Amino acid sequence: MLKITDLVKSYGGGAPVLKNLDLTIEGESVVSIIGSSGAGKSTLLRCINRLVEPTSGSIVLNGTELTSLKGRQLRAARRKIGMVFQGFNLVDRLTVMENVQSGRLGYISTWAAIMRRYPKEDIRRAYELMERVGIAQYANTRADQLSGGERQRVGVVRALMQEPEILLADEPTASLDPKTSEQIMGLLRDLAGELKLPVLINIHNVTEARKYTDRIVGMRFGRIIFDDLPDALDEEAMERIYSGSPHADRGGDLREAS
Amino acid sequence: MTGISEQFGREDWSRHTPKEKARRFGIFAVCALAVFWALGSIEIIWAWVWDSPSQMADLFGRMYPPDTSNLGSILRVLWETVNIATFATALAVIVSLPVAYIAAQNTTPNRATLWLGRLILVSSRSVNTIIWALLFVAIFGPGIVAGVVAIMFRSIGFIGKLLGEAIEEIDTRPVEALEATGASRFKVIAYAIVPQVMPTFWAVAILRWDINLRESTVLGLVGAGGIGIILQGAIDTFNWPEAATVLLAILALVVLGEIVSAFLRRRIL
Amino acid sequence: MSQHPDTWRKPPFIANPLLRWAVYLGALAYFGWVAATMPIDWARVAQGIERAGRIFGGAFPPSFERGGLLIDGFLESLKIAILATVGGVALSIPIAFMAARNVAPLPVFYLGRAIIIIARSFHPVIVAIIFVKAVGFGPFAGVLTLVVYSIGFVAKMLAERIEEIDFGQVEAMRAAGAPYLSTLVYAIFPQIMPRQIGLTIYQLDSNLRASAVVGIVGAGGIGATLANAFGRYDYDFALAITIVIVAVILVSEAISGQIRKRIA
Repeated sequence: MLKITDLVKSYGGGAPVLKNLDLTIEGESVVSIIGSSGAGKSTLLRCINRLVEPTSGSIVLNGTELTSLKGRQLRAARRKIGMVFQGFNLVDRLTVMENVQSGRLGYISTWAAIMRRYPKEDIRRAYELMERVGIAQYANTRADQLSGGERQRVGVVRALMQEPEILLADEPTASLDPKTSEQIMGLLRDLAGELKLPVLINIHNVTEARKYTDRIVGMRFGRIIFDDLPDALDEEAMERIYSGSPHADRGGDLREAS
Repeated sequence: MTGISEQFGREDWSRHTPKEKARRFGIFAVCALAVFWALGSIEIIWAWVWDSPSQMADLFGRMYPPDTSNLGSILRVLWETVNIATFATALAVIVSLPVAYIAAQNTTPNRATLWLGRLILVSSRSVNTIIWALLFVAIFGPGIVAGVVAIMFRSIGFIGKLLGEAIEEIDTRPVEALEATGASRFKVIAYAIVPQVMPTFWAVAILRWDINLRESTVLGLVGAGGIGIILQGAIDTFNWPEAATVLLAILALVVLGEIVSAFLRRRIL
Repeated sequence: MSQHPDTWRKPPFIANPLLRWAVYLGALAYFGWVAATMPIDWARVAQGIERAGRIFGGAFPPSFERGGLLIDGFLESLKIAILATVGGVALSIPIAFMAARNVAPLPVFYLGRAIIIIARSFHPVIVAIIFVKAVGFGPFAGVLTLVVYSIGFVAKMLAERIEEIDFGQVEAMRAAGAPYLSTLVYAIFPQIMPRQIGLTIYQLDSNLRASAVVGIVGAGGIGATLANAFGRYDYDFALAITIVIVAVILVSEAISGQIRKRIA
């Protein structure tokens, strides 16, 4: 279970990008986060695995407080959090197998990593997962020779190789064509069910969010203003989430405060 | 119909505006002045200058035909020269890796190490191999140790600079991804950074080896080993035919080196 | 459910195993054998650390006492560099045309390339020694040496540039009936001029660096001052000279970089 309490993130002296956020993700649900650009979706996701440092607040994953960890403990915690990226973020010149095994870097020795001597269990699991997502035949192919959809599958397998307790996906389909996009979303949903894994997906395609996820969280300028089943997302809610500007919002904040 | 001079304010055409012309003339004047100053004040005995073509012809006459009687020992020392270049380049490559790492803005641990790395690279690059050789002959005495160390010191700056630039230009997204998996810094470097700079690394190493082949031919002239010693000896004893053989051997070596290095670099890419 | 493999090896860079092992063993044999048979006097090397201490002790603080000599040496290097660049670039232009496949007939092309290869293959120090023997000590030998050095670089780069020009422009001039020289001036020169200027500035910088070194074998300039200082064990003066050389190189590199950026 992921429990975020009172999360705030501000850069320098400017207005906070995340404002006192509360969010709880239980068990095996697939949750999507929607909102316009600048709403803070990506920042929220990155605060969870501390790629972005939260300014204040608490993030607890299965009983561990993530915000105060450092060094080795932080790395240990990150092992438990898998992440899939919009740009795939693969190492282009390495083979698919190496990219996939790089998800296990936190678990194997430095020597094994450098010599590419991966544990048998890991290799077996890699082939299993790659076959499940349909890229097993590319094990020895360089990552940059794959198509976009195939590369994202590699990214997904890499994240799953960590045996994570939660999977974060930051706009995983934004760089893909519509058909491939649906394939990846379907894959994420199915895997979440098969592996009993909570999944948190940033997405800007609301149709896909409705179709492939169990719960939709709508963000607007750093706050969560919608948190409900996909069916409850109607015109009025969409209007609230996607319209307006930061100025108008800040004006609203001041009026509330005064 | 309006005339040209009414439409454009002038009847002629020139490529540059008067202002541009003045600037171009200014630059030209400065250059010409520099050349005249150099010509005027340089300490050259002009009588010798006019004599030089015949002197050169005389010298080349004495070199012909080249004397190959010592070819065996020349080739042996030439081989030693190749070894000096190869070893020194290999050592320099190894040492450059950490230096390039700390001299790259995106991988250096802190500002102090960045400054240190850049300082090492700049001083290595700015001191010529021969000057390094002079220093190391004074320290280690005449012999190939001085030569190897001199070439090594000079090469570190060359390789480190190019490698550092390659590191600064990498795609940082895989670095972010691997940090998110909880891998240690070292493993992140090994998997996300090293593969990206590998092609540049090999290309630079091979290029520097090629340059070092040339450099190591002259180390002997200051006592730091290699074929320069034989060349110096031949010249000092006015044995021009043997000197000619040595020069031809050097020419062959350098050309061969270029062919090999061009071949290797093509295969790597 | 099929059985999944549990071993994996990365496909090696050299696919052919015979070739791969040959390369590995060859490299190992080379480094091992040469390292073992290298003529190194280890006793002397050990002494070296102690000597290094003495030298560095003697070198600090650097002595600028004989600053006059320093300045003379530096100015002479500067003059050598200027004259060598002018002469070298002037000669490089015809040689570059000779060495360009698309404007030179075949035998001329081979000759041009041969000239460039010979000019490039010899280290300037070797060229300097020969010129010193031919025309005597002093800056004239230095100028000649660096002219050869310049040709080796500038002519090569220029020839490559000439080979890359847009030939359409030459064709247009020819079609209009322009004579050879006019075609040269109107169609070819404008295309190579920017590269030419950049190369000239780069070479001036290069020659300034190199002129510091050819002096060591008697071809004039600050290198001669340096060699003398080393020879007389005046390490503090040598350090001063080296500092000046390094400073000049850095300044000149910065200036030439700036100028080339402006004109690009």
